[in-house]
Amino acid sequence: MGIRERLSGNEAAAIAMKQINPDVVAAFPITPSTEIPQYFSTFVSNGAVDTEFVAVESEHSAMSACVGAEAAGSRAMTATSANGLSYMWEMIYIASSLRLPIVMSLVNRAVSGPLNIHNDHSDAMGVRDSGWIMLFSENNQEAYDNLVMAHRIAENKDVLLPLMVCQDGFITSHSIENIELIEDNKVKEFVGTYKPEHYLLNDKEPIAIGPLDVQTYLFEHKFQQAEAMRNAKKVILEVAKDFEKMTGRKYSFFEEYKMEDAEIGIVCMNSTAGTTKTVVDSLREKGVKAGMVKIRVFRPFPADELPEALGNLKALAVMDKADSLNGAGGALFEDVTASMYTAKKQVPTVNYIYGIGGRDTTSKDIEEIYTALEDIAKTGNIDNPYRYVGLRK
Amino acid sequence: MSTNINKDTPASKMTIGGNIYEAGNALEFKTGDWRSIKPIYKSEKCTQCGLCFPVCPEDAIPVNKEGKREDFDFDYCKGCGVCAKVCPFNAIEMVNEE
Repeated sequence: MGIRERLSGNEAAAIAMKQINPDVVAAFPITPSTEIPQYFSTFVSNGAVDTEFVAVESEHSAMSACVGAEAAGSRAMTATSANGLSYMWEMIYIASSLRLPIVMSLVNRAVSGPLNIHNDHSDAMGVRDSGWIMLFSENNQEAYDNLVMAHRIAENKDVLLPLMVCQDGFITSHSIENIELIEDNKVKEFVGTYKPEHYLLNDKEPIAIGPLDVQTYLFEHKFQQAEAMRNAKKVILEVAKDFEKMTGRKYSFFEEYKMEDAEIGIVCMNSTAGTTKTVVDSLREKGVKAGMVKIRVFRPFPADELPEALGNLKALAVMDKADSLNGAGGALFEDVTASMYTAKKQVPTVNYIYGIGGRDTTSKDIEEIYTALEDIAKTGNIDNPYRYVGLRK
Repeated sequence: MSTNINKDTPASKMTIGGNIYEAGNALEFKTGDWRSIKPIYKSEKCTQCGLCFPVCPEDAIPVNKEGKREDFDFDYCKGCGVCAKVCPFNAIEMVNEE
């Protein structure tokens, strides 16, 4: 039986890191993830962990230190948000291409500008093609659970990719909710010891990491990364199975909420799923066959599994908390519709951009979307698939 | 493993991230074919003064046990011409690579 607690999302992430007790944490504070390295440095000072905490002068250095630490053969973690992630950008690609299973806690926030410190997903969407595994979390519990599962996925020899666990800035990171923690010893046993096959500090095997990769080789190395991302799907499910055995909490690529007989559905990520579930419940009471799919694993994208879950709907809305500013749809919308088209599943689908810059997304907003979906299901008419909710036009 | 990877190696046989699991591997990287001009060593003019080999950035001027320089190692000489520049006796002539 776990430990009942009440924690904010940031506290939950920091406690997961404490229980994981990585060799190195290199981080630079940035709102709204500041508290994670703050709490963690307290654990370091108190001797609760034996981690080497590197207080760097920038996020570029934070990720560089993680790259160096992980390449040396140690387990490295970091936390950041928004512009901090933007500043890491260059090293984000180095981490994944050098196949270093660094784990990051990303507390999602709008990338400036204009300057905004509140929640949307523009930071995460900016690195969606960088070769990191990306897990999204509805609440503090999921942010914690995803971090506990992270190293087992990232460090698997068929994967060896860095992984970021996302949670919504302020909405999740600063809200205190009930949580069930796992006992320290169980987490330690579950996560296990990091035993890299090749690493720089191995004096028995001097190696070179990150050499020049010319026209003859880079293509194949990128293919290897893509294969690793495909391999990650199997590993994510295996780790989830073991996690369920330990905690009873079940995880997959996505969560289907009342989808069995659903006629209208919403796809969303992170905390919005909580609001959407409430709306689904009230619509169900009125006899409306509404459902929801919450994406947990955004990278690798569940392109084969998602159309199975969504294919029988009469109307679908995909909610993006970041506008791709491409004159068309958001990133999640594009991925969902591409996977549906490829799987030959034809469902009338619309995109809703919402919650930009921390704009509150209420149950009323979600209801508005379901009402529009009911209309689409009835008439089949979509005037404009690229829509907004909660915006003053 | 590092020695066996070449332009025909499939992705499945390549190391991840281009890692090289062997020390001293720069020796296997023959950079001599980057050359557009090459140095010709004229031993009859050479006084073995010892000015050329310390300035070679590629260590491509072998020195024997007697401390005397020998002909260039063209596996690694990139033809930069620094040696020809420092030679006071015109014992190194730069010519176009054929």
